[in-house]
Amino acid sequence: MNFAATIKIALLALRVNKMRSALTMLGIIIGVAAVIIMIAVGNGAQARVEEQIKSLGSNIILVLNGSTTSSGARGGYGSQPTITEDDAYAMNKEVAEIHAAAPSLRGSGQVVMGNTNWSTTLYGTTPEYLSVREWPIVEGRGFEQAEINGASKVALIGQTVAINLFGESNPVDQVVRVNKVPLTVIGVLGRKGQNMMGQDQDDILLMPISTARKRVLGSSRYSAGRNVGSIMVKIRDGANMEEAETHMRELMRQRHRLQQGQDDDFYVRNLSEILSAQEASSKVITLLLAAVASVSLLVGGIGIMNIMLVSVTERTREIGLRMAVGARGKDILTQFLVEAVTLSLIGGAIGILLGIGGAMAVAEIAGWRTELSSASIVLAAGFAGAVGIFFGYYPAKKASRLLPIEALRYE
Amino acid sequence: MTEALIRVEDLAKEYRMGSTVVPALCGVSLDIAAGDFVAVMGPSGSGKSTFMNLLGCLDHPSAGRYWLGGQEVSQLSSDELAQVRNRKIGFVFQHFNLLARTSALDNVALPLLYRGMPTLDRKQHAEQRLAQVGLAERIDHHPAQLSGGQQQRVAIARALANDPQLVLADEPTGALDSHTSVEIMALLQQLNREGITIVLVTHENDVAHFAKRIISFRDGKVVEDNANVANDAASLLQ
Repeated sequence: MNFAATIKIALLALRVNKMRSALTMLGIIIGVAAVIIMIAVGNGAQARVEEQIKSLGSNIILVLNGSTTSSGARGGYGSQPTITEDDAYAMNKEVAEIHAAAPSLRGSGQVVMGNTNWSTTLYGTTPEYLSVREWPIVEGRGFEQAEINGASKVALIGQTVAINLFGESNPVDQVVRVNKVPLTVIGVLGRKGQNMMGQDQDDILLMPISTARKRVLGSSRYSAGRNVGSIMVKIRDGANMEEAETHMRELMRQRHRLQQGQDDDFYVRNLSEILSAQEASSKVITLLLAAVASVSLLVGGIGIMNIMLVSVTERTREIGLRMAVGARGKDILTQFLVEAVTLSLIGGAIGILLGIGGAMAVAEIAGWRTELSSASIVLAAGFAGAVGIFFGYYPAKKASRLLPIEALRYE
Repeated sequence: MTEALIRVEDLAKEYRMGSTVVPALCGVSLDIAAGDFVAVMGPSGSGKSTFMNLLGCLDHPSAGRYWLGGQEVSQLSSDELAQVRNRKIGFVFQHFNLLARTSALDNVALPLLYRGMPTLDRKQHAEQRLAQVGLAERIDHHPAQLSGGQQQRVAIARALANDPQLVLADEPTGALDSHTSVEIMALLQQLNREGITIVLVTHENDVAHFAKRIISFRDGKVVEDNANVANDAASLLQ
């Protein structure tokens, strides 16, 4: 008795009972589809977080001003202007792990273009800022070093600003007035979307840091020296973040002439860490969703066992007859096992299709982001097969142990 | 004397019901020659069904020995017995035991499937057997589409599928009307004339008298064993 014949017998038996086979499969279909949809939803959430990391720029460390204590009242971050443009330039030069460090001055102001105007965030910074944030320019060009040195009246604008001031027309080479200072728009930044706090990152205007200091944000307290609001640092790919942070810290302490034992007069904040914590939590959610969905797969498996047990009882006479005409115990065992596995595999295949369709439907209807992964599909299919074998074995074993005379006499 | 197809010596079977042991068959010894047509009779509980199960290699004897076609089968394992059933014995049951929603052809081909015969040979073989029992036209019919007599013919064709030496018929006419019963007996007689040994269990005297030899059981023992001048079923039909 060969294996091909066993499979043929099993398929025949399944075809004879189409309705019952379909109902049995339903459990597996739902289970597999649920696993695939849940993992797709979880992966979608994860991809969203990853995208946010990307929009911030990866491997980012932020250096902020320190806090002051006056009369026992402690100020917050940045209450004491301590970090300077030159700290950023020194870091660029001296810390090997640093890809780029960009100092920035931040303020806000009204941008006027002809008869429209728009209030936005203003940044005075250096060309490094764009490479730190991995921010492409979609129209025009970026800053040149000469423009930084010479406090040129030029600006780069974000998508939101561009749309609000210029609509469909090309902003490049147009002149806008920011706090009464005319700046020529030399380029438009690509779209970044929202950051993880929901702020619109495209609502921004960049200008050379010298321009900001001397002409635009003149009234701010930073205008006097070379102080800056923050320094954004991008660490080279593959470099150790912790070591980079230590080296930066050492350099800063040295530059600020801090004695041993004295507190830092600046703060170093690793943004990637915050995001990777978020990423980890979204991974946990994915796992949780998959685990819940797996339970339904398990229930589907129990359904298979249930039906197979009923089927063995119901077909006792058939089993007896098969034995009478020459089937051995293991032929019966294989037949029922193949039936169970076939049910679960066909159910698994339908479940995969349904899961893919379902994930698309969830994306369409609920507007959630879903991401199908081939790993989850393989996993679900493998699990479905395993469920078939696991839950099919007991009923099959039971069938194979029947005694032919008793099985034949069974009413 | 020619070699007997069936030889049993002191064949015994007892069943355990809790702590009590119920003897069903107490030391039966007999020979059945190849080509014989034997009717086994007896009231219920007489041991005739137990005897048939042992002859059919469906059960292990508690004691005694059994040779089938020269091969001792009383000591074989369950798997080996399955093989013996597959190759040497054909079964005909009172309630036909056909697979529902399965064509006559596939029903007949079932023993061949367990023998591992290739699909085409199987089909051809099963078709021949169905033709032999007069159902060449009905190979695609399912049991539910056939009359009782036709279903029993399919079952007989299935019993013949593997060219067995022995056909065991357990009350083959029990579920049929008298006219159809005679038809079935005529078919069995014809097969017997073609050389197949038939052992038939029945409690109807009419049916038993189509056999060449009648063995009666009572309380697990053979009480009568006589040759019989067989009635010819075919002539009764005319």
